[in-house]
Amino acid sequence: MPFGNTHNQMKLKYSSEQEYPDLSQHNNHMAKLLTPAIYERLRSKQTPSGFTLDDVIQTGIDNPGHPFIMTVGCVAGDEETYEVFKELLDPVIEDRHGGYKPSDKHKTDLNPDNLKGGDDLDPNYVLSSRVRTGRSVRGFCLPPHCSRGERRAVETLSIEALDTLSGDLKGKYYALKNMTDAEQQQLIDDHFLFDKPVSPLLLASGMARDWPDARGIWHNNNKTFLVWVNEEDHLRVISMQQGGNMKEVFNRFCTGLTKIEGLFKDRGHSFMWNEHLGYVLTCPSNLGTGLRAGVHVKLPNMSKHAKFEEVLKKLRLQKRGTGGVDTAAVGGVFDISNADRLGFSEVELVQMVVDGIKLLIEMEKKLEKGQSIDDIMPAQK
Amino acid sequence: MAGPFTRLISGRNTAVLLASLGAGTMATGFLMTENNSLVAEAKKMLYPPSSDFPDLRKHNNCMAAALTPAVYAKLRDKLTPNNWTLDQCIQTGVDNPGHPFIKTVGCVAGDEESYEVFAELFDPIIKDRHNGYDPRTMTHPTDLDASKVFTPSHDLSLPGSSVHLSAAPTCVEPYFSFFPVSVFLLQITNGVFDEKYVLSSRVRTGRSIRGLSLPPACSRAERREVERVVVMALAGLKGDLAGRYYGLGDMTDKEQQQLIDDHFLFDKPVSPLLTCAFMARDWPDARGIWHNNEKTFLIWVNEEDHTRVISMEKGGNMKRVFERFCRGLKQVEQLIQERGWEFMWNERLGYILTCPSNLGTGLRAGVHVRLPNLSKDSRFSKILDNLRLQKRGTGGVDTAATGDTFDISNNDRLGKSEVELVQLLVDGVNYLIECEKKLEKGHDIKVPAPITQFRK
Repeated sequence: MPFGNTHNQMKLKYSSEQEYPDLSQHNNHMAKLLTPAIYERLRSKQTPSGFTLDDVIQTGIDNPGHPFIMTVGCVAGDEETYEVFKELLDPVIEDRHGGYKPSDKHKTDLNPDNLKGGDDLDPNYVLSSRVRTGRSVRGFCLPPHCSRGERRAVETLSIEALDTLSGDLKGKYYALKNMTDAEQQQLIDDHFLFDKPVSPLLLASGMARDWPDARGIWHNNNKTFLVWVNEEDHLRVISMQQGGNMKEVFNRFCTGLTKIEGLFKDRGHSFMWNEHLGYVLTCPSNLGTGLRAGVHVKLPNMSKHAKFEEVLKKLRLQKRGTGGVDTAAVGGVFDISNADRLGFSEVELVQMVVDGIKLLIEMEKKLEKGQSIDDIMPAQK
Repeated sequence: MAGPFTRLISGRNTAVLLASLGAGTMATGFLMTENNSLVAEAKKMLYPPSSDFPDLRKHNNCMAAALTPAVYAKLRDKLTPNNWTLDQCIQTGVDNPGHPFIKTVGCVAGDEESYEVFAELFDPIIKDRHNGYDPRTMTHPTDLDASKVFTPSHDLSLPGSSVHLSAAPTCVEPYFSFFPVSVFLLQITNGVFDEKYVLSSRVRTGRSIRGLSLPPACSRAERREVERVVVMALAGLKGDLAGRYYGLGDMTDKEQQQLIDDHFLFDKPVSPLLTCAFMARDWPDARGIWHNNEKTFLIWVNEEDHTRVISMEKGGNMKRVFERFCRGLKQVEQLIQERGWEFMWNERLGYILTCPSNLGTGLRAGVHVRLPNLSKDSRFSKILDNLRLQKRGTGGVDTAATGDTFDISNNDRLGKSEVELVQLLVDGVNYLIECEKKLEKGHDIKVPAPITQFRK
């Protein structure tokens, strides 16, 4: 069950074979790696807050996946999930994060001075720049598992902390359930509003329970720094602006995050973090930095080139449509961002995006002139 | 709620406690015990019921109307023998605020005991939904005696015939309250409808297998066990009831298309009322459809209930449909009893099903009927109300009617027996047809007096 320590002991009266899910039609990381033997060993366990193996994998059972897209198929209900169920989650993490081993250490680097360049991405091509990550507040269960009381506690804490931000970070919180129609429309126009998840990947894991209770959006008055509360993670932190000054975006991102972390610490709460997994988030795909740095960039010629995918792969970048994950590109404009999350620091990932976008624009310009791009093909990063 | 709770959260002692609760280090032995009672206790203290009470201010469903903070506080930490909780019962009602016009139930049972352990919430909901039926004081009559089905001695399709011609009183006045209960009155009369109007007839109900959790709560093994028990029993049906099972995950494309064409196939629920109640988990594992070779008796396995049992046929012979329904149900019950299983049933609530709205008989008897004139009459809704009938579109619940054809069925489920409800449906549909005929000829119609609720 998504929450509450309920059914697990009752299930143990059935054999492991009787309970083992039918994953024959499935294509996701969990289905690939959950052997009957692992299921048998882990099914009697639960985290201190009562999250069980079946809770972890339910979303992967209910969403068999796609022949081309490999989803993760499991979620964490609390920080301890990654420890108690490591026999399943370590292989999932290794599979998802390019061979990241259980013994590997993850480096955190939120010093924006370490980023080289990035303030001059060609605005004729780069329409907007954005960096996002997530943070979980230690001591509270994660969205798949939290009770209403916990979710509200996270919201209250967040509002308190964010209210003390000042200067260019000063802003306001809009609770989803209280906002006026005018406020809602403004947030939609600003592309800030998040709505109740419709993706079955999220619904099947219990993250949409009690919507819109204790969900909300905070943003600064300048509309360049934004925090989502209690959507897919406790907090999603976003820095964004029009144009190609990724350095400024990243600067604000780091400053803001560091400030927020300090404010939470002042109130007796740290963020979930450890040496091995970096920042701990609900979906294993977001572990480490949880960072997605990206731009909306016009690449009408490059995107039609036969080697587009190959270039992206070499640069460790991924493309999405401008509506975000699972959307299609419109008018040759793509959302290009880093593909990795874990095993590279924040600075390293943003550097990859900055350097990668520079190269892609160079290629685009060449193709515009009818020139070949073969001589500037990158090596695998 | 924010004020005092914020103080609770920011207190230093609490911070220490919270940090220890969520501490990344797993070393602390007691946090890792199977039992976890210490953690659970600490959590209960940190989060009193008031902190978890759902925000139901925008809600319009039976659960939201009945769930007070006091009831929530009392029941939040209780568990059924299968470890099912109140929060799990009500999640669907919290997630689906409802509609100003349609009052949904807003909670489900995870097992038979939910109705007992959480009676303080379920009883008022049952009363609200079932027209004042009080589970604390009343008993529900079950009557599936098909021998009471009585062949009428006249032909109702003759022009000018009226509902009053049969041997037993069939007019819709509230005779239950005037006459003593007798076998004579409980016979189903006029059970064959005028097929100029009635296109098809159908009776459905649900049955749950005692000892196994219900669809919101069941584990995969339990669900598979339900499938095994039911399919084994159905394999024992013979004669006109002999048939075959089609597992949802195993059927061929051809079988699937046939089932769609027959209007038998059910699909993964999309209604948030069901998905928020955890009923679509592990789809399509252990779900399937069984039907007899004649395609007049159909059983759904592990959809919204353990089983849904349906008897249907084209045309207006509701009598035969009900007779087959009772016979089939009886035989299935016998077959599972031979193997030591039984249906969930008790005197208070009749047959136990997942949704409180289906308690009692779980019975919906209905027809697809053409009522081009009556449906345009402004009194249509009132007539249906008084006859204790409801209309739906021909796609079932939450669909609109196509053309002038309606799905008309009984409103009630609990407090009246199966025989009584089918009688009500039969009498009601005959009345509707009479109205339609009158309007065709340009005559006026009468709104019938309302039928009383329960026998004393």
